[in-house]
Amino acid sequence: MKVYVRVMPKSGVLDPQGKAIADALGRLGYSGVGDVRAGKLFRIEVDATDANAAREAGRRMAETLLSNPVVEEYEVEVPA
Amino acid sequence: MKPKPRVAVVLFPGSNCDHDALHGAETVLGADARLVRYDSRDLGDPDLVILPGGFSYGDYLRCGAMARFAPVMESVGNFAGKGGAVLGICNGFQILCEAGLLPGALLRNAGLRFVCKDIYVRVETKRTPFTLTLNKGEALRMPVAHGDGNYMAAPRDFEEMVARDQIVFRYVNEKGERAKEANPNGSFDDVAGICNVKGNVVGLMPHPERNSEALLGNADGAKVFKSFATSMLAMATTPVV
Repeated sequence: MKVYVRVMPKSGVLDPQGKAIADALGRLGYSGVGDVRAGKLFRIEVDATDANAAREAGRRMAETLLSNPVVEEYEVEVPA
Repeated sequence: MKPKPRVAVVLFPGSNCDHDALHGAETVLGADARLVRYDSRDLGDPDLVILPGGFSYGDYLRCGAMARFAPVMESVGNFAGKGGAVLGICNGFQILCEAGLLPGALLRNAGLRFVCKDIYVRVETKRTPFTLTLNKGEALRMPVAHGDGNYMAAPRDFEEMVARDQIVFRYVNEKGERAKEANPNGSFDDVAGICNVKGNVVGLMPHPERNSEALLGNADGAKVFKSFATSMLAMATTPVV
């Protein structure tokens, strides 16, 4: 099964990459661009019998390796 | 007799300052220094463990995120837990933060650029083995070379760190004063180096091993290693109560 883990900088944490991207979008003429935050998306194939098990596996991986709880938060999604 | 310090320099895949650290330990500290591979669990009874700079595991995912799970890190954690002296330089600092041996995290430089130049840091505390013989307020000229040196901690945690005297170095200008342009990476409160609560684990972004000999034009980095030598001597001669 596929599980998606989305990792984003916590609110309040500076995100220089997101800011640079927002500035670049403005220079390219995309008006009305507000705050941009840059994160990471992981698509992971796991051996799991059901969506709950896959979600739990994704959660554990996010907790141990994929995110740093000091500066990042994560969401786990198992596509239907 | 002066004890000869035993130093373990940890070699991760992608470390690139390991031999500089080894050389600094040997020439400045007069140490019996050796490299310990990332996949070894045997540090060899050292007095000091150095996690050197570089790009362990290609800086993939986050700087230091992979290295913290290398087998050797369990031994480093145990050594630090028993009060052993650990110095993390640049990538070594990032690894210590990822491993939870130091608080906070190192983010991408605020200017988004890799910064490679000489800067000044001010000694903020004498309570670590690496700053014991330095003067509080003393400015040292040090090289930095990093893309992810933007230190941050949650505001409440940072307040605690300040209260516990865990800020070891701050970026300053050559007069030793804090100034916006003196901070090369946007780190919170100009932090360049910190220690754990006990003070035995220290991480810093600048590279003292790269300017430890007058031959290199600047030997300020040697002060950090010499301080450690003195602290070791002090420990060896302190009577056990």
